[in-house]
Formats: sequence, C-alpha cells, structure tokens
Amino acid sequence: MKEEDRLEEKNPIEGLLRMDRIPHIWCPGCGIGTVVTSFADALKKTDLDLDKVAVVSGIGCTGRVAGYIKLDSFHTTHGRAIPYATGLKLASPGTKVVVFSGDGDLTGIGGNHFIHAARRNMDLVVICVNNFNYAMTGGQVASTTPKTANASTAPYGNFEGAFSLPYLADAAGATYVARWTALHLRRVSKSIEEALNRKGFSFIEVITPCVTLYARRNRLGSGLNLLKYYYDKSEIRHGADTRDLEITFQGKLTVGKFIERERETFLDAMNSHLSHVLGDDYQLYGRCFDD
Amino acid sequence: MKKLKTDPKGVLTGSHYLDGDYALAEGALAAGCRFFAGYPITPSTETAERFSERIPYVGGVFIQMEDELASIAALIGAVWGGQKVMTVTSGPGFSLMMENLGLACMQETPLVIANVQRGGPSTGLPTMTGQQDMMQAKYGSHGDYEIIALSPDSPQECFDLAIEAFNLSETYRVPTLIMTDECVGHMHEKVVIPEADKIEVVERKWYTGPKGEYLPYKLDDDGIPFLTKVGQGHRFHTTGLTRDERGYPDLNAERQKIVVTHLIEKIRGNADKIIKLEEDQIENADVVVVSYGITSRVAVRAVQQAREAGLKVGTMRLITVWPFPEKRIKELAPHVKAFVVPELNYGQIVREVERSAWGKTKVVSVPHCAGWVHDPADILQAIKEAAK
Ligand SMILES: Cc1ncc(C[n+]2csc(CCOP(=O)(O)OP(=O)(O)O)c2C)c(N)n1
Ligand code: SF4
Ligand SMILES: [Mg+2]
Repeated sequence: MKEEDRLEEKNPIEGLLRMDRIPHIWCPGCGIGTVVTSFADALKKTDLDLDKVAVVSGIGCTGRVAGYIKLDSFHTTHGRAIPYATGLKLASPGTKVVVFSGDGDLTGIGGNHFIHAARRNMDLVVICVNNFNYAMTGGQVASTTPKTANASTAPYGNFEGAFSLPYLADAAGATYVARWTALHLRRVSKSIEEALNRKGFSFIEVITPCVTLYARRNRLGSGLNLLKYYYDKSEIRHGADTRDLEITFQGKLTVGKFIERERETFLDAMNSHLSHVLGDDYQLYGRCFDD
Repeated sequence: MKKLKTDPKGVLTGSHYLDGDYALAEGALAAGCRFFAGYPITPSTETAERFSERIPYVGGVFIQMEDELASIAALIGAVWGGQKVMTVTSGPGFSLMMENLGLACMQETPLVIANVQRGGPSTGLPTMTGQQDMMQAKYGSHGDYEIIALSPDSPQECFDLAIEAFNLSETYRVPTLIMTDECVGHMHEKVVIPEADKIEVVERKWYTGPKGEYLPYKLDDDGIPFLTKVGQGHRFHTTGLTRDERGYPDLNAERQKIVVTHLIEKIRGNADKIIKLEEDQIENADVVVVSYGITSRVAVRAVQQAREAGLKVGTMRLITVWPFPEKRIKELAPHVKAFVVPELNYGQIVREVERSAWGKTKVVSVPHCAGWVHDPADILQAIKEAAK
C-alpha cells in the first residue's frame, strides 16, 4: 500500500457539511465519517455545479449521511433509496444523483432495486458502506455478513452465504464497479470522482469498520485494529474477475476498480429508441438539461 | 400504435368512448402529470398501458418499476425532481405501497395513486370488483396522518376526479387517492374531455424566495409550506423522521406534536373546502342511502323502486370519501329515520356514518363480500326495513 492511501487527519470539507447538525450521531472510530470525507473530497475535485448534485440515503447508520451533507439531500425509507433516486433523476435529468447508504439498505431489503437499477443502467452513483452488519438496529446478520462471523441474530455464527457486491453489481449490468476499504481514503475519493464524472450506474463498495457492533461482537479490537486488518489483507487488483471477490471472515480483501464500460443509460436508451421508432412525433425528454 | 390527435398541451379534447382506467390516464395527463411509475396489476394495468402509449408524445417519463415499493418511492423522488406524478395499482400493490405512503405524507409530497379495487384479502379475486380497501386507504400506513380519497362512479368521473386529485394534492401537499374499482375501471362509457384551457389545473406552489433560504416545512399563511425541486441551489434536506421547518430531524415529543397536528389539521381544517358530495331528495327524506363509487349506481335502482313504493328516500353519494363528511351526516342524523349504507365490503365506511350519526339515528349496513355488485333488491329490502 502506498503512502497516499493512509489515513489523513485534516478535515477540509466544512463547506459541504451541515455544520448546524454537527456533532453527528456516529460512534467514535466509526468508518462512515471517513467515507463521507472521501465523498466531499471528490465533490470538491469535480467540475460539477454542486447545486445540481443531490444525495439520497435510505435508513441506517450510513443512511444518516444525507442529513449531514450540505447538498439537496433526501433521507428516505429503509431499502428505497435507489427507486427514490431513480424518480429524482428521471424527473430532473440535469441533476447528478448520488445514493449513499448501507449494505443492508442497498443489498438486503433494497436488493431488488439495486439489481434493477444496474440492469437499466440508471444514471446514479451508488456508494455502499459495507460494515458487514445491520448496525443501526444493533448488529444483526446481513446479506453481506461473512460466513462464521457473529451477529446479534446469528449468535452462534453466520451460516448463510454472503453477497459479493461487486460480482452482484457486475452481473446485474453496472457500468462502473469498484471496491475499497475506508483506509483507502484517496482511492475512494478518486473512484467517487470518476463515478461523478461519468454517466451510468456506478457502484462503489467501501468496506468500513463498525467498531461498536461488528468489531466488538467478533472481538476484532478497536477501529485501529480493523484498519490494520484492511492494511494487511487488502490487495489492489484492478480489473480482477468479479467472480473472485468473495470475502471470508477476516480473510483477504481484493480491492480495486473492476469494471468500467460504456452502455446507454436508461434515459439515453429511452430517447434514442423512441426517437428511432416514433420519429419526429417523439418529444425528446430531458435533453435540454442533459447536454 | 398510432399517435392520438391531441391539442398542443397533450389533452385529448373531444368526445370519446373510454374505460375508467384509460380515463384516469387522460385525466392525469390533462392535469399536467408527466411522470408515471408503476407495476402491472389487474384491474388497473390499462392505466399504465395508456400512459406508456401516450407519454412519448407529450414529453415525460413512463417507467415500469420492479415492484410497487419502488413505484411509490420513485414518485416521491420525482416530485422533488419537479414533476407531477401518478401511479395506479390494486389491493396487493396498494398494500406494498403503504410504508411509503407515510413517507409521502411526512415529506408532504403531492402525488396521486389510483387503486382500482378488486376482491381481497390477499390475491382474492383479481378480475372482480370490490370496495374493500377503503379503510386501508385512510389507515394503511403506520402512524397518524391524513390523506384525501375520491371515489369516481363512471369513466367520465375517473377523468374529472383525476384532475381534481392532482389539484387537491398540489393545494394541500398531500397524497391523494382515487379509490375506484374494477367495474368502473373496466366500464366503457362516453367521456367528454374539454379544451385544455377550459380545464382548471392547480399549479405547484413554488418557493420563489432567496436562494439558500428555502425551508421545506415552514408554513405559509394558508398553512401549507412551499415546494421546491432539486437543483435550485437551496441545498435543502428532507427526511421521514420527525423534523423541524428546515427538514432536519428533531426527535422529541414537542416537535412530534407540531408535525402530526399539522399533517392532520391541514386536511381536517379544510374538510369543508375539500369535500364533495352529490345529494338528491335529502330534504324530507326518511331514509338516506349513503354510497360511493359503483355501488351508488347500483343503489339508484333500489332507490327508484323504493320511491315508487311511496317511501321518502334521499341519496348521498360520497365523491370525497376521505376526509369523511362527518359534519353533514351529523347535521342530517336527527332528521332522518335511518342511513342505509351499501358497500362492496363487510362494512367499512358504514362505521364512519355510524360514528358521525352519533347515536341520533339508525345506521344500516348493507355489506357484500365483493366479487360482484349488490343485487338492488338487497338494498331495497334494507331501505324498506329502515323506513319502518
Ligand atoms: C421497513 C423497515 N424495516 C426495518 C427497519 C429497521 N432498520 C433500520 S436501519 C436497519 C439496518 C441498516 O443496516 P445497513 O443498511 O447495513 O446500515 P448500517 O446501519 O449498517 O450503516 C434496519 C433493519 C426499518 N427502518 N424499516
Ligand atoms: S454502530 Fe457501527 S456503523 Fe453505526 S455509528 Fe457506531 S460504529 Fe458506526
Ligand atoms: Mg451495514
């Protein structure tokens, strides 16, 4: 791991936070704030008009992100951030819409929406904080909990298989797929920046420490211990086959940018197809904002 | 599919032979709805099909979502994207929408949902009529809230009330439901669509104040906050949590009281303005038949026969079912021998009539388990009994 991937201490993002809502609710040592910092950093680096960037979150510890980011921001219901964001995007095509939510929210209760938005190549940037559990409700087992890991509703260890999220996103049709850990501050930021600057369904998974629940219940030590685990066990393999990205309990973490490909977005496909079929009678939709 | 001849605003002005489902779509388009997200379910699917056919010519989005949870979530998002929005469904889909109906109430997003009712519970009678979701419409989502619900009795009224539903939802920033049923949805009748500029359409009450100072839940003089859409530079926030004027979570009993009172009173306090009833021969009536939707058309026959038999029977058709016209029922109660309430369920709205009549008169339920409409003879029988 390179020097630039180590944790930074400064917090240069005040202008992008709702300072009137700080202090936030997250536990000391929680990794969510770090991902927010990377996100804000990416926002600063893009040329996007930030008045035209919106954040949509579901429910959970990560779901609270929408409430702290000083952009047009929407805190919705558990699992429904993606369809909500879909409506927002389609109704206002000139808006860059970012979904920022937890693993349970996006791929457990909201899993169906996740695969369908990827299939449609809906023009959304989806940032998923994967802390391997349902943190907000007290550390229950999730669709991402590695086998044998302990959770409050898997007190003898988890015996279900877990989703490998990049594989899921790839198979469903996402056009940008990356995975990092919260330790990879700059790389997370870089991936988000790339996603912000492109069109299509972009998915960034960030493996993030939940110190209070997942780490404690599994006796993994402090947040620092977890970061050390990320440091020791993560291997950057850009373009890796997404079939090989399974995460085992405290096992190897393959990270990197796995997928970047071009495909018509939902709106572009709608416009090009209907223009082709209906000719001049078709009322082009959203182009005035989009180009 | 051929392009239909419409006026430049996309309104299908003229006289048509349409079913209720199509008429709902035409009404919504005439009201300026340009975003439809839905999931197919009998007997409502034709509305979605009509939208998918019409939208490409008028500049808007039709999207078939992966389920009804997604459909309503997309609508709420699309409201904040600046659109007028609609979906249609029936019982099972309506059930799936309930959680986010609450979110729409909490975030105060105007949207229209038509429920073309069929027989339940569960999958029930997919192709056969019912009016069994009337209480769910009002109480189906958790927590305390108010919605508006209208009940058309014909394809023409599907068209008219679709416009009315949009107007009410914009006026009060509240989800508005069109509680129709399979019979009306699939019935073909003449529908007259006026010229676009003869149609009264309420436009969204946009915030026009300084950039960055928008407060999504600050009440205007009329008690209804202004709306904005994304991308205006306000960098506003909204949530489903109990929130303050800024839309920021504010989790305590004092704020909860302010929010819940507002959500309820903005509807109850305006009930007189919202409620529409159609009354006939109410004065001097001994018995008043209270009904809505398809059942009011079936009741016509029974009422005619009762009148022919010399009984003094009035009718009250609930065009607005929620908020319930409790004041009017209460007013009439001391002057009539009975209210007779036929409906295609085991007795739902009759409880509201009972509550509103306050023990001042008899209230007779004419229940039906759904699947088909009443036999008018059953309603006639109830009227005769009640008149005794
Ligand atoms: C419909 C519904 N079911 C359950 C809940 C309770 N709930 C709130 S957050 C949450 C889990 C969140 O997990 P995740 O998305 O991974 O976010 P995290 O808290 O781990 O960041 C659950 C089950 C809810 N709010 N809504
Ligand atoms: S419970 Fe876990 S995820 Fe939630 S704030 Fe605390 S450390 Fe973070
Ligand atoms: Mg989680």
